[in-house]
Amino acid sequence: MVQFNARPADTAFAALSDATRRGVLERLAREDASISQLADTFRMTLTGMKKHVSVLEQAGLVTSRKVGRVRTCSLGGRGLEEEAAWIERYRQMWAARFAELDKVIENLKQKEESNGRNASK
Amino acid sequence: MDAMQVSEQTAAPVTTTDRRSEREVVVTRTFDAPARIVFAAWTTPELLMKWWTPASFGITFISCEADVRTGGTYRFVMGHPDFDQPMAFHGRYLEVEPDKRLVWTNEEGGEKGSVTTVTFEEKAGQTYLVISDVHPTKAALDEELASGAIGGYPEQFNQLDILLKTLS
Repeated sequence: MVQFNARPADTAFAALSDATRRGVLERLAREDASISQLADTFRMTLTGMKKHVSVLEQAGLVTSRKVGRVRTCSLGGRGLEEEAAWIERYRQMWAARFAELDKVIENLKQKEESNGRNASK
Repeated sequence: MDAMQVSEQTAAPVTTTDRRSEREVVVTRTFDAPARIVFAAWTTPELLMKWWTPASFGITFISCEADVRTGGTYRFVMGHPDFDQPMAFHGRYLEVEPDKRLVWTNEEGGEKGSVTTVTFEEKAGQTYLVISDVHPTKAALDEELASGAIGGYPEQFNQLDILLKTLS
């Protein structure tokens, strides 16, 4: 069984609950970026972006290093795999079920409608 | 949720999943039918068998019993080509409020399983469905998460990886 510390899992979920932070991760998956580049990309203040990056760092999803006056961010060593993949597979499971459920429901609706028509005759 | 919209570009209704707390995972979806119809699909064994295990899972229903009333029990028995023994999902309905709410226990993992609550909220002829799985402890959910198993199915049952690839 895959072992991982439970606490970072929670902070990771909290970190991933925000659209901007998910965007930052996607951006960093392509290439490293400085805080000011990220702030530009997401049209936010430097301070705002610093906060987001700090949440991601605490969750172990992002690491940053400061060289001179520039702080460069990269994807953290701990993968998103366990948490994000599980949630996504869980979603896929339900989405697949629901696609079938839609058919069942459509069928029931049609039956109900035709019964209704017959009853009103 | 924007992440969901990206993955489903068609007009198909959006299914969201969310770890709401350290013990709870929530799934939502809207269905184009009144609550009484959606509820019937969740509470009638013949209908459940039609959608609970889509073909892409590689799982087949062997039997499906559901005595849907407060205190009633259910037992879903399923098979998979990779397994000699069928597996049973079973538990008890804790609350049954017709067309509105279902609460059941999941006891296949022993006594202290998760509790699932499904609410059916009708609005303008459509039904907004919310499924909440609350695990007994944070550790229990973390463990399921770490095992890679989904909804009590062993990892081998997760043909969803394949499905996922075909969808993306």
